[in-house]
Amino acid sequence: MSLKVLTANRLIDGAVVYLTDLGAWGEVLTRARVADTKEAGEAMLAMGREAIGFRLIVGAYLADVTRDPDGTLRPVKMREIIRARGPSVRADLGKQAEGRGLPA
Amino acid sequence: MYRYDEFDQKIVDERVAQFRDQVRRRISGELTEDQFKPLRLMNGLYLQLHAYMLRVAIPYGTLSGRQMRMLAHVARKYDRGYGHFTTRQNIQYNWPALADAPDILLDLATVEMHAIQTSGNCIRNVTADHFAGVAADEVEDPRIIGEILRQWSTFHPEFSFLPRKFKIAITGSPRDRAAIRVHDIGIAIVRNAAGEVGYEFWVGGGQGRTPILAKKTRDFVAKRDLISYSEAVLRVYNELGRRDNIYKARIKIQVQEMGIEKFIAMVEEEWAQIRDSYLVLPEEEVRRIEAYFAPPAYESLPSVDPAFDAMRRDNRDFAAFVNTNVHAHKVPGYAVVSISLKPIGAPPGDASADQMDAVADIAERFSLDEIRVTHEQNLVLPNVRQSDLAAVWQELKRHGLATANIGLVSDIIACPGLDYCDLANARSIPVAQRISERFADLDRAHGIGELKIKISGCINACGHHHVGHIGILGVDKKGEEFYQITLGGSADENASIGDILGPAFAYDDVVDAVETVVKTYLGVRASEGETFLACYRRVGAAPFKESLYDAAH
Amino acid sequence: MPLIKAGALVADPWVGVDDGEPLPVDGPVIVSLARFHEEREQLLGRGEPLGLRLKSSEMPAQLGADIKHFALVALEFPSFRDGRGYSHARILRERLDFRGEIRAVGDVLRDQFQFMHRCGIDAFEVKDETALQGWLAALAELSVFYQVSSDGAPDVLSLRHRRNAAYFDSGI
Repeated sequence: MSLKVLTANRLIDGAVVYLTDLGAWGEVLTRARVADTKEAGEAMLAMGREAIGFRLIVGAYLADVTRDPDGTLRPVKMREIIRARGPSVRADLGKQAEGRGLPA
Repeated sequence: MYRYDEFDQKIVDERVAQFRDQVRRRISGELTEDQFKPLRLMNGLYLQLHAYMLRVAIPYGTLSGRQMRMLAHVARKYDRGYGHFTTRQNIQYNWPALADAPDILLDLATVEMHAIQTSGNCIRNVTADHFAGVAADEVEDPRIIGEILRQWSTFHPEFSFLPRKFKIAITGSPRDRAAIRVHDIGIAIVRNAAGEVGYEFWVGGGQGRTPILAKKTRDFVAKRDLISYSEAVLRVYNELGRRDNIYKARIKIQVQEMGIEKFIAMVEEEWAQIRDSYLVLPEEEVRRIEAYFAPPAYESLPSVDPAFDAMRRDNRDFAAFVNTNVHAHKVPGYAVVSISLKPIGAPPGDASADQMDAVADIAERFSLDEIRVTHEQNLVLPNVRQSDLAAVWQELKRHGLATANIGLVSDIIACPGLDYCDLANARSIPVAQRISERFADLDRAHGIGELKIKISGCINACGHHHVGHIGILGVDKKGEEFYQITLGGSADENASIGDILGPAFAYDDVVDAVETVVKTYLGVRASEGETFLACYRRVGAAPFKESLYDAAH
Repeated sequence: MPLIKAGALVADPWVGVDDGEPLPVDGPVIVSLARFHEEREQLLGRGEPLGLRLKSSEMPAQLGADIKHFALVALEFPSFRDGRGYSHARILRERLDFRGEIRAVGDVLRDQFQFMHRCGIDAFEVKDETALQGWLAALAELSVFYQVSSDGAPDVLSLRHRRNAAYFDSGI
């Protein structure tokens, strides 16, 4: 299976978040927990449903990523690249402007 | 301009409190997202890629300086210092927090604004000609019935859970600047043989997956019957519109499947039953609302201002601005000024909070305190004295608002696309930016003449690509952004749906493709006066297909 | 299922009888339109109040003179998104002059109560008894409406008219 991370939007402000290794919801893709099996992906989805129940997040789903040799995670789809960075047309907005976007 | 009375204000105030409670119930867990979503949508609150998005209504596109200043305040206090004006005369904020939404609405309510029914399967913000009240060829100011219909449709008990969204647009002029043929209901204000003012109704237009032009259902609906006829259309739609398939749920599909004759017969039958009921529009109420839209106190001015003429002669940039951005006004000595929100290389329709404040100031000083928002994502100062045009131009220039490109190749409509929108398949804004940069030379753009490019990032067609002279639709092909080109669309009184030309172009190639289309036009046009659209209608798709697809082989 | 009428939980004297299920010996029953068509004589001959349950695709306007046989019409809302019942309720009240109970059944949720009420629905079958609190709150949320509606609440036009009349009467 391709590598997956679990992503969602935070309920209170809609910010893009990822399930982290610690089981929390972080704003930076690079610290996301990665699933490499179907079972691991399903376990993460179950954690997502739980977080939805706790009203932390909205609409959790698995997104494809790749891992660079140095461990950096990169989204595959354009939609996920834009979610991880911010609008491609406004470098001054979103995660990229807060120093939390993707490494170059 | 219309002003709220105590009842209008109470409705909006109560709505703010109601929404505050809905947000509270969501955050406290009384409501699940599935339950909350339709409630937030009915107040224009979406969840997009990066954050929530709040869509605020600007009914029939009219604003005062005070209201524009409040839009700037909201952008600064609750958002990231800017807003996006849309094709439906709304403004969208891209970054509000859920918890702030009730406070934003509370602030907006203090200037008689709201986000009521800017989404959801209900009657949406009623739009109108942005030259309402100042166009010389106007039969009647469309904002009068715009306001009547706004009130009628607000929290309508019967029509708040329709099969799908429902959009109404009104033009008061034979020249349609409100795109009425691509709305669920389009109303053209007309005069009958007896000289009475009434309404020509067009029903079943729309874009999206299945673009269809509205069909005329009645040549003349009398003023007194405006509401009863509208209710008859809506009731036939609510009871019989398809609810089994979201893509077939718009009234356009119902009209198409049923056939216009049968649809008209059903509306007539329903109308006959309710026409003389309490739905008759009382004259007293029409007069009350009409009074708010009475022409402002125009001065008696000479039709030509010598200083203006001299400036136009001597200053090439000013002359270019006047050429494209200044339009005739029905009162001598006055002019209508378009403010382009399409500076070269910028996202179409965006304005910063500072720019909004600047427009508010300019409108108060020079435009009898009125601003309009156009469906082409620009702003308008409707009441500028000819003698003030030079000063207005200077002020606009100071704020980056004087791009002389209205109606030209760089005056592009674009939806937010994949940079913001949860539904998009491809980006729209950077395509618009790159096209406008390619045609940045305004002399060249003037040489090309009137050309409307419209870009959507998905099949929902918020960027009106079906009715662009050149339409561009972003699609996803195995994870790559591709762009399909259509030609020959138009949203005016001679509306047409554009023709798909051939296979889509990659992100990196689409700007070249547009340039090829433009160059082909320049090569085949009969004269400099033949516009792109006229030329396309004369020569058809063949020369464009050839230059786009055959030349490469 | 609990039933809300006039702002209170009330006992429900009606029995809903599914198609194919035998009719009780006595007491008011609610049947489907299909069953009414099939067993019309038997149903009318029972000498008990009769209720009709309409699917959202069944239009009351087509009942014609048959409406007089019914003391109750239950309108199905299969999903809160299906808004046909609002039109059906208004047709019942305003065109067929139906004065009996109009009951909303199905996906009947707090944030739709007020719309339903304004269309002339006066009974609400809800999931549990806690819904009453929501019903009371929902009906108090908005107090002024632009449209004339079947619940008799004053509309803005008549309020404006009344205000202006009072203004002139006061001799100012």
